[in-house]
This record gives sequence, C-alpha cells and structure tokens, in this order.
Amino acid sequence: MLWIRTLILGTKSLLLHPLRSLLTVLGIFIGVASVIWLLAIGEGISKQAQEQIESLGADNIIVRSIKPPNEVLSQNSQGRGMQIPQYGLTREDFDRLAETIPTVKQAIPVREIRQTFQKGRHQVDGRLVGCTPEYMEITKLTLLDGRFINEQDNEQARDYCVLGAKAAELLFPTEEPLGQLVRLGENYNYKVIGVMAERAPSAGIGGSFAAQDFSLDVYIPLNTLRVRIGDTVVIRRSGSFEGETVQLSQITLKIDSTDHVMETSELIKMLLKDHHKYEDYGVTVPLELLEQAKTTRMMFAIFMGMMAGISLVVGGIGIMNIMLATVTERTREIGIRRALGAKRQDIIRQFLIETIVLSVVGGGLGVLVGLTCRPMTVGAMALLRYANPDAINSLPAIIQEMKPIIVYWSIPLAFFISVLIGVIFGLYPAMRAAKMDPIEALRHE
Amino acid sequence: MSSKTNPSSPPSPPPPCASEEVYAAFLEGVTREYVLKGETVRALRGVDLAVPEGDYVAIMGASGSGKSTLLNLLGCLDRPTKGRILLGRDDVTSLDDWHLSEIRATRIGFVFQSYNLIPQLTVIENIEVPLFYQTNHRVNQAESRQRCIHLAEMVGLKERLNHRPTQLSGGQQQRVAIARSLVNDPYFILADEPTGNLDSVTTNEILELLDKLNDEGRTIILVTHEDDVGARSRRVVRLRDGLIESDHRRLPIPDTARRRAALQK
Repeated sequence: MLWIRTLILGTKSLLLHPLRSLLTVLGIFIGVASVIWLLAIGEGISKQAQEQIESLGADNIIVRSIKPPNEVLSQNSQGRGMQIPQYGLTREDFDRLAETIPTVKQAIPVREIRQTFQKGRHQVDGRLVGCTPEYMEITKLTLLDGRFINEQDNEQARDYCVLGAKAAELLFPTEEPLGQLVRLGENYNYKVIGVMAERAPSAGIGGSFAAQDFSLDVYIPLNTLRVRIGDTVVIRRSGSFEGETVQLSQITLKIDSTDHVMETSELIKMLLKDHHKYEDYGVTVPLELLEQAKTTRMMFAIFMGMMAGISLVVGGIGIMNIMLATVTERTREIGIRRALGAKRQDIIRQFLIETIVLSVVGGGLGVLVGLTCRPMTVGAMALLRYANPDAINSLPAIIQEMKPIIVYWSIPLAFFISVLIGVIFGLYPAMRAAKMDPIEALRHE
Repeated sequence: MSSKTNPSSPPSPPPPCASEEVYAAFLEGVTREYVLKGETVRALRGVDLAVPEGDYVAIMGASGSGKSTLLNLLGCLDRPTKGRILLGRDDVTSLDDWHLSEIRATRIGFVFQSYNLIPQLTVIENIEVPLFYQTNHRVNQAESRQRCIHLAEMVGLKERLNHRPTQLSGGQQQRVAIARSLVNDPYFILADEPTGNLDSVTTNEILELLDKLNDEGRTIILVTHEDDVGARSRRVVRLRDGLIESDHRRLPIPDTARRRAALQK
C-alpha cells in the first residue's frame, strides 16, 4: 500500500518534468536495447560460424597437405642440383587410412593445383581440382548446367572437365561452354561436361577452414589429373624453376558415427606420424572446432555483454546526475515532508522509487525495441545493400549473411540490470536527500 | 534508516507523577547551543514553559531572540542541548530521528509562513500527507480520506478539493495548511508567522479561523513578531536573548471539560 502510494507519487513527480524524465529514461533505454542487440548479433554471428563448421560435417575428419617451411624441406632432401621438394599426403596414406581404420566409412581424395586455363585468347588463372564424384557432395556445390564427374570418368581417366561459374564466364563470354574444349595448363584439351552454379565465397566449406572461392575452379577426374599432369608440378618464375611433388592435397574421411570421431582422429594422427618424417599435413576435426566454437561463442557473448554493460552504466550515471539535481531542486519539499513526519527511510523510498520508475520504464522500452532486433537488422542490411552494395560486399560473408538471434536470457538479464542500476545509482541521491537537516531544508528557497 | 530501534515500539516516556498535570507542551531548563564557525552560539539559555491544553500562546520577540529555536524544539525538529521537553505524556528530549519524525507525524500540526504545501499534490492530498507518514497508528484509507474532506470543509475549501496549491490564493493555501495541521489530531498547532505573507483582510480571516479552533479546544502556539497578531492570543510570551523576558496571560483558558466535550463532538 505504502509502496503503491509512493509509486503513484513518484510517477506524478516525474511527470512534472516530462522532457527531463524522457531524456533520463533514454540512457537506460539505449543501454538495455544494446545489451539485447549486441547479444543477439553476437549469437547470430556465432550461430553462423557454428553452422559453417557443421557444414564441414561433424562426422568428418579432414586431412590436408601442408607445405613445411623451406629449411625443413632442404634439410630432408637428398638429391642434388635442382631439387623439387616432396611433401604431403600420399596415395599410400590414403589407402592406409581408408583400409586400416575400421571406423572410416568413406575416404575422398582431392588434388589441387594452381593452373592457367585457356580457350582461344581467353586466359584465366585458377585452381585445377582433381577429384572424385563425391567431391560435389562434400563441398555442397550445385550444378548450373551439364553434369559433374562420375565414376566412369574417373576410372577411365577421361579428359573431361567441369567449370566453375566465373571460370566459365571468363573463358566463354559469348559461347555456350558445354561440349567445348578447354586447355588446362600446358597440355591437353579437356571437354567441358558441366558448369557449376555461382556461389558466394564462404569460409569453412569443402574441407579447409579458410575462405574459399570456388568460382575459378575447374574440376577434372582425379585419375585424369594423375595421368596427364602427374604428381610433380613445375612453375617457371622469373627465370628460375620452382616445383613441388604432392600426391594428394586433401583426404576427407567420413566416420561411421560422431561418437568415434575423436578416437579416430587420434588414430589418424598416430598413423600419419609413423609414415611422415615431419609434419607436412594437418588434421582438421570439425567436431573439435565445434567444441571450440562453443567456447568462443560464450566468450563473445560475455564480451558483447560487457560492451553493452558500459552503456548501461553510462545510463545509470545519467540517472544519478538527474536525481542529484532533482534532490537539490526539491530540498524544500523534502523539508516539508520531514516536518510533517516523514522518516529518513520515507524520503529514501520516495526518491529510490522515482529512479526505479525511470529505469524500469527505460528497461521496458529497451526490451521492446530489443525484440525488434532481427527485422530491424535485416531491414537495415537490405537498405544498405540497395543504397551502397559495394560497402556490403566488402564485409565478411559471415556478417553479410548474419541474422541476429535474440538470446532469451538476455531479456530478463537486461531488465534486471536496468532495475539494479536504478537502485544503485538512485541510492546515493536518495540518501543525500534523507540526510538533509529538516530545518535547513525548510529554509531553502 | 537512521533508527536502529524497532519502530513499532516507541520508547515509553517516563510517566510524569500522577499528581502532575499533563501539558500540551512542557519545557524545563531548556538550553540550545550551536557551534557556528568555531564559536558557540547560545540560542536558548534556560527556558521554562508550560503550555496547558486549550491555551493559545503567542511567542514574540525580535529576531535573534531564540524564537525560531524554540519553535524547532517544540516542533520536534531539533533536540535541546540541556533540559527536558515533554509533549503530552511523551518525553521527546532525547528521541532519535526516527521517533521524532513519528511524533511529528502523529502529534504536531505545523503551519508555516510560506504555507509549504507540496506543489504536485491536490488540496486533499496535501491535507493527507502527515497521515501518510504515521507508522504506528495507521488509519484506513477511506476513513482518513473522509477525515480530510471534513477538515477541508471546516476551513471552507469544500469546493476546491482537487485544486493544486498554485491554483489557490495565499489565504486559501494557508487554510489548506491549517487543515493539514489538524489531520493528525495534534497536541498543538505550531504556527510560525502564519499571516506573515498575507494582506490584512486575509490575515484577519486566518486569525479568526485560529480563534475558532482554539474555542473548540485546540491548543495553539503561534510565533510572531506582530503585536496585532499577538493580541489575539490568550497569553503572550516574550523572548529576549534566549530567555523568557515576560509571560503575560491575557485571557483564561476555557474550561477543560467543555472543551473536551466540544472536541468529542
């Protein structure tokens, strides 16, 4: 009863200065809304990252060849004269992994080479990928036209190729690419049997965790690559030769169950270690990354929360500032109330309730606006894309495609914090009001 | 917050001897000293004063005579340095802030020179304020609202219950203040220059209202420096340099029994 009456009184007092109260509320409002927004955006981004990791396949293990530092290579090379370093995964590795580990359901080998593609006078630098039919599935690429490499193409090492979207466009600006011949590297002509659909470059798909651009790729059967080009690639560069011998760039292993992924990855590491003199390979376990991502996500949330917390504190200081001014301004009223029998705690209650009303209203509005986070962000992105597409395209893909996800615990949290701030920052002005000497306060003009 | 004692049990004052008469206010050897810039100012230097129920006392004196200090002590806004103050049966000499506040809320009616109404409250809400702060004797809301309306009627503001102080004239505001001072059935109305801000016509109206209240049995202690105002009282106490210079009774106190009867009605 007492509190309700004090509440009504406090609201009345606040409404005496509507603009002032509004501005004070604004501070808390922005704080609460930003807590919800920042957490939602953080959640959206980390969810995106998690999805990308998941798209690598939680039941996959990816082994890639990594070029060791040159010192390591030269130490270990025995040849004389021009040396072509040899490193990375071998077909023996592939056989061992595919056949000796019982939990490996499927193994998909890939070989990638930087290469120049030619059609007439059109020339494109891109990536030549030797792969098996499963490649399209694991990279989640889609066809625009024709077909992808199939089992027979690979077995018979046919001179077929599938063009990435941009490669197709650059090599065949006016013609229909299907059925045409393309020159890949310095040797043979390959017949185009398919064209891939355009896809935005994005991270973490297709095995490597780095951002990959698939649009300049040209795919040929793995066996064709082995027969036509071989393992050793030599590049002429400003008068000197540079080359390397790599049998396989990547092996994607599908494990029969996610429960076995961790043990299998240990097994793979041991197996590879036994047959490699030095670390010329890397093992990526998406499941492991997923676990890491969860931790990162938590850290991210805390960081965002702290940033938003700062704005809440600023809002709180705004409240305190206004309340201190209000207390001074209402010294006489305090004196009157004290003379009429108000105890110190009555005065404290009165001013505390005013600050709580301010912060609860601010918090409530903040929550309401916080809830509009998703449509607002998506709308703003769309607007920006319309107004300035270059700015949007220059953003990382993860942000471009980000959709905020409201973290539900952030709503009560933000609201609770706003009330807490009202109490904390209201307490000092209220105590100051209560401490005034009633005689002095009555004399105040 | 200031009080650590249990608010629900006010310290029971030492009961005065059964033979002793109960006064609205009883001061014995009251001194009050301030330390101002390292110098001790003796505002009251030993005041003995007994105000019986039903009395109408005008406290007069030049500025600096200790009038305001006496008023603050009577109004429980301050504590004496030495001496004893009894209000009715309550010894208020050494009460803490919480209990002094409770006494103010329950048994003292203030009327100020500058009315001191709370601007954001209506007439009726202003009258109600002291009830709001009574912790120990809580009245139910409908009853207290009724009481306030009755008091507003009594001071002639029946038509203006929902007006704000700024919509009222000075005289009307002072009437509201007088109604407010009566809401808690005080030991006495403590009026500090109640007509200081009013013109002569309104002054007269207010003084007539006070006369009427006194006739009904209300005890009034009025602080003023105007002789005309002092002349309306039953008794004039003059202060000078912190001491009572003269205590002159002009009119007898009306019969207590009749007065009580009037109050009961």
